[in-house]
Amino acid sequence: MSHSTTKTRGATPATEEAGAEPTARRTRLGTRRRRTGAKTGGATLRHRLRRDRTLILMTVPALLLLLVFNYVPLIGNVVAFQDYDPYVADNAFQAITQSPWVGLEWFQHMVDDRLFWEALRNTLAIFAIQLTLFFPLPILLALFINSFVRPRVRAVAQAILYLPHFFSWVLVITIFQQMFGGAGLVAQTLRDHGHDGIDLMTDPGLFKFLITFEMIWKDAGWGVIVFLAALAAVNRDLYEASAMDGAGRWRRIWHIALPALRPVVALLLVLQVGNALTVGFEQILLQRQAVGPGASEVLDTYVWNVGIKTGNFSYAAAVGIVKGTFGLLLVLGANKVAHLMGEQGVYKR
Amino acid sequence: MSVLSFGIKPGSRSGLRPAWEEEPSRTGLASKGVLLVLTCLAILFPLWVVIVTSLSSVKTITEAGGLVVIPRGVTFVAYQELLGGGQVARATLVSVGVTVVGTLFSMTVSVLCAYGLSRPGSVLHRPFLLLLLATMFFGAGLIPTYLVVQGLGLTNSYLSLILPSAVNVFNILVLRAFFMGTAQELVESARIDGAGDIRILWQIVMPLSRAVLAVITLFYAVGYWSAWFNASIYLTDPDKLPLQNIMNQLVIRGERPAGLMQAVNTGHLSPLALQMAVMVLALIPVSVLSPFVQKHFKEGMLTGAVKG
Repeated sequence: MSHSTTKTRGATPATEEAGAEPTARRTRLGTRRRRTGAKTGGATLRHRLRRDRTLILMTVPALLLLLVFNYVPLIGNVVAFQDYDPYVADNAFQAITQSPWVGLEWFQHMVDDRLFWEALRNTLAIFAIQLTLFFPLPILLALFINSFVRPRVRAVAQAILYLPHFFSWVLVITIFQQMFGGAGLVAQTLRDHGHDGIDLMTDPGLFKFLITFEMIWKDAGWGVIVFLAALAAVNRDLYEASAMDGAGRWRRIWHIALPALRPVVALLLVLQVGNALTVGFEQILLQRQAVGPGASEVLDTYVWNVGIKTGNFSYAAAVGIVKGTFGLLLVLGANKVAHLMGEQGVYKR
Repeated sequence: MSVLSFGIKPGSRSGLRPAWEEEPSRTGLASKGVLLVLTCLAILFPLWVVIVTSLSSVKTITEAGGLVVIPRGVTFVAYQELLGGGQVARATLVSVGVTVVGTLFSMTVSVLCAYGLSRPGSVLHRPFLLLLLATMFFGAGLIPTYLVVQGLGLTNSYLSLILPSAVNVFNILVLRAFFMGTAQELVESARIDGAGDIRILWQIVMPLSRAVLAVITLFYAVGYWSAWFNASIYLTDPDKLPLQNIMNQLVIRGERPAGLMQAVNTGHLSPLALQMAVMVLALIPVSVLSPFVQKHFKEGMLTGAVKG
C-alpha cells in the first residue's frame, strides 16, 4: 500500500514537467529505455515515470471525471448525517460545511418510516417478478435463434431483436401507451368490435407486470447476444458424439447446449442479484403518476421524491446510503455463492 | 459457407445442416417460422403504426378512430409543423448537439484512458485500474451527485448533461481489452522505429480497432440521445430541454405543444400525428445507425464480460 502512495506522489512533478515542455522532451524519447513487457527491474521510479508520462497523461482526463463525479459524491454522502439546508449558502459545498450535524437521526427516522418499507417491498417484488419472467427469456430466445441454420435468417432476426434496446425509455413507454393505453390501438380495436376498452397503463394492480413486460420488449433480444456467443463456442463434435449415442434434438439441448450456458447464466445471475435494489428507476419515474406511489414507489424513486422533489436532501441521502450498502453486500454475497457453486462470478477469488 | 448456402433448395439442406442432424419435420419448421415472425412482429408492428400515423392526414386518422394501421395517402404536415421552428425543433437541435459533442468528448477521454491503461508494466497502471474498477461496484447515489453538480455551478448548463455521464467504465474496459489484443508486434516495431505513444495510438491501434470503436461510439451516442433524467433535474430553463424530455411532456403526460396549437386548432393537423412524429424523430437516429454496427456487437459485449 505504502508502495503505491510513493508512486502517486512522484506522479505530479513528472506530469507537470511533460505538460510544460513536450517538444523538448520528445527529442530525448529515442534514447530512453522502452517498455519491453519484460521486467522493468533496473529502471528507477523517476526514470519509469518519465518513460510512461504520456500514458499517465492520457488517463488523467477520465480519472479526473471519475474523481469529480464518482468519488467526490461519496464524500458528499455526509449530508445523511447532517441537517442539510441548501439555503444556508449559495453553493452546495459551502452549505455542507455550514449545516449542523445530527448523527444517525435520519437512519432512525427511516426505521419508523412506513413509506420507506413500502418502497423496499415494491422493489423486492419487482425484482422477484423480473427474475422469474424476464431472466429465462434471453436464454430461450438464444436457443431458438441458434436453431436456425440459415445465416441470413439469423442475421435479420438478430437485427430486429436488438433494435428496441437502443430506444430510450421515454420512447418505449410512449409506444406502450399508444398500444395498450386507454386511447391505444388495442382499446381502439376492442371498442370498434363492441367491447369495453382496456387501459393497462393506469392499473395499479398490473403495474409491476407492465414494467416487466416493457423490459422484456426492450431488452430480452439484447440479452441474447452473450448466450449466442456461448453457444457458438460449443465444440460441434460434442453434438455429433451425442447424436451418435442416440440423443435427439431436445436431449442435445439439455445435455450439451444448456451446460455450455451455465457459466454465463451464473455470471448474469450474480449481476442481477447484485442489482436487486435497482429496478427500473427511469422507467418507473416516467409512468408513476398514472398509478400512484402505492404500486410504483421503489427505493430509487423514493430517494428522488424525498430528495430532489421535496428537498429533504439529508434523509434521501440516508436512504441512498442504506440502498448502496445493501447493494454492495448483495453483489459480494452473490459472487461468493457463485464461487461456492464452482463458477467464476464477476471477479476471481 | 454463408455465401454458398443461399441458393440451396429445401430438401437438399445438407450443405447447411451437419450430416448427423435429423431433417426437421414440416410442422416443426412451420411452427418455428410462425414463432419467429410473431416475435419480430411484436417489435416491428408498433413501430409501423407509429410511423404510419405520423404520416397520415387528419381525415385518415379520424376514419381510423385513432392510430392508423393501413396507410391511405402520405402527408408530411406533422413534420413540417414540428421542424418549422418552435419547441420541438429547438429540442431536436439540443439533442443532436448534446449527442454529437458528448459522444466526441466521451470517446476522446475513453480512448485515451483505455490506451493509457493498455500497456501492462507501466507506472501507476495498477492503482489507476483499481480506481476505475472500484466505481463499478458502488454508486455514490443520486443526492450527493446532484449536490456536486450543483456545487460546481453546472445547473442549467448543457455541461450537466455531458460531464456527469461522460465516462463509462465498462466501455473503457472493452476498449482496453481490445487495445491490449491488437497486433503487439506491429506496436513494438513502430516503437522501435521511434513512434511515440500518441502516434502509435492514432496510426496503428485505432485503425486496427475500428469495429470496437464503432460499437462504443454507438453505445455512447445512444446514451446521450436517450438521456432525459439529468436534463429533468439539472436544467431549470424549459427552453433548453432535449427531445426526450419534450416527448415525455407531449406524449406521456399529454401536454399540448407550445406554438403548434394553431395548426391543430384549425383542423389542419391531428394532435395524434404530431405526437407520433415526435416519436419518429426520436427513433430515427438509433434505428438507422444500430444495424450498421450490429455485426460487431458480439465482440464488444464479450470483451466486456471477460475482463482481467
